Amino acid sequence: MATLTVPEAPTRRAPAKAPTDPRHRAFTVLCVVVLVILAALWLVPMLWAVDTSIRPESEITTSPATWWTSHPSLDAYRQVLSAGRMPVWYLNSFLVALLTAVFAVVVCSMAGFAVARVRFRGRRIVTGLVLAGLLIPPQTLIMPQFQEFAGLHLLNTYWALILPSVPTSVAVFVFASFFSGLPGELAESARIDGAGWFRVYSRIFLPLCKPAASAVFIFTFVWSWNNFLWPLLTMTSTEVMTIPVGLNVVQDSYGIRYAQVMASAVLGALPLFAVFLIFQRRIVEGIANTGIK
Amino acid sequence: MTSTVAAPPAGALPGVKDEPRAAGAIGQTRAGWGLLTPFLVLYLAFLIGPAVYGLVMSFFDGSSVRSGLGPFAGLDNYTEALTSGDFWSSMWHTVLFTILTTPPLVIVALLLAMLTDRIRRGKWFFRLVFFAPYVMPVTCVGLVFTWMYVPQTGLFASWLSALGLPAPAWLADPNWAMIAVALMTVWWTIGFNFVLYLAGLQDIPRELYEASAVDGAGPGAQWWRITVPLLSRTTVLVTMLQIIASLKVFDQIYLLTAGGPNYSTRPVIEYIYDVGFTDFRTGYGAAASMLYFVVILAVSAVWFAISRRRA
Repeated sequence: MATLTVPEAPTRRAPAKAPTDPRHRAFTVLCVVVLVILAALWLVPMLWAVDTSIRPESEITTSPATWWTSHPSLDAYRQVLSAGRMPVWYLNSFLVALLTAVFAVVVCSMAGFAVARVRFRGRRIVTGLVLAGLLIPPQTLIMPQFQEFAGLHLLNTYWALILPSVPTSVAVFVFASFFSGLPGELAESARIDGAGWFRVYSRIFLPLCKPAASAVFIFTFVWSWNNFLWPLLTMTSTEVMTIPVGLNVVQDSYGIRYAQVMASAVLGALPLFAVFLIFQRRIVEGIANTGIK
Repeated sequence: MTSTVAAPPAGALPGVKDEPRAAGAIGQTRAGWGLLTPFLVLYLAFLIGPAVYGLVMSFFDGSSVRSGLGPFAGLDNYTEALTSGDFWSSMWHTVLFTILTTPPLVIVALLLAMLTDRIRRGKWFFRLVFFAPYVMPVTCVGLVFTWMYVPQTGLFASWLSALGLPAPAWLADPNWAMIAVALMTVWWTIGFNFVLYLAGLQDIPRELYEASAVDGAGPGAQWWRITVPLLSRTTVLVTMLQIIASLKVFDQIYLLTAGGPNYSTRPVIEYIYDVGFTDFRTGYGAAASMLYFVVILAVSAVWFAISRRRA
């Protein structure tokens, strides 16, 4: 993976399009039918959530499994946004995800540059150490990490969420493989001109690594936004909760008021949905290029 | 996950051209460590450090109601976990979840990708529909499915009764709860595998299809003889990533059933959570974490061996 933006193969069409062969045409029609049915099934939960959220609670109680509503309204959204703490949770999630992603890009790109471009003593050891991080599932560290953050008095602060999420091995390797794909003369000529290594990194390589940086940024952001177990353990005060943890308490307080429960679910999913719509290609390519190879 | 660093090993280029060798080597060493410092500090403090501390904790009878490691316990925590019925049953639930989710998440993702790849117009729409759930927070997905799984009056129950089928109590029924969680997981996470398969399909040369069509191969034969075999690399990758991801299950089960009914779906991570954070037995929880870590490590080792052999 020399770069993270493999351009979509130009004018690539569906395979096996042989209009002369009736078998192929019939098969394509069958594919479309099956695909449309599956897509409809996949849309059901999303549409059902939106549908429930715009129905009056009384109607949901009398006929729960009906799609039709005679009185659509946005009352549930109004109530959730005014009475609940959704706005605060939005802000918490946004700040935590943003700071984590920014720090991850800066810290991991420096490390990736060092591993890929600087021939220093101990590089193999460092590479091995970073590689080991790929094998450790963060879920197995909850016990000691919790004690550590309790000892540092950082529970219920943003730092408890940010600090462990910044140094990720995957991000280092994404940057390292990107940097090692760039031509070597870039560094050499700058070194001859007397630039220090940090200058080579910050002035030449960092500006060139936009594709890698945006992939790491988006993925860290999305991952941080959706993280559940660790924030559940460390963010116990409602003021500092993120969206996923906050919504977990919502169900207890709204009980069976399903319109409001669904309205908060829709609101919780909305920001990342927007991010996905905007960056769809980047995200999809990022998965394809970091997952494969 | 599997990116490799392709830079030449240290010392592969004797006598770096642009500067005197000794001074350059010292400068590079200083620069390398300097650039790595921010990462290494955070990495050692918040990942490697806790991992080592967790290992130490597992040999002590620690408790979160008093400070420090507690009295030395030797291997007691490990023997207790290995002889505990609750630990093994939670381990089994994690494995059961993996068995229930991996085949559909691989096979259905492959099918969706092959279908999507075949159509000419509107690919973006299907990519959007199948991938969108993946970016939703698990809590939102959990809230929606809890609502759909409501016994008798929920959406699924009403569909089944419309078909004249008996509807289970879903999350309240020990026989159905794990299946319900697995169904939700398939809906929620299939987009990731789907995208990996779509990328794999891009690499199959079109000429193969044209040549086989000339030879009279039908579309079914093309899928079975060309597409599926040529995607085998992707299939290995998707399967291994999926097994490891499924073995880490906690969020969905915690949100949908909280491990119930009567602990019938509690996964091993929730067991660790329960003993460590509800019973305050941190040392024992750390030992259970280590045993679970060994399982993940074993699976990763198998994957590494497979990809080594194929490479």
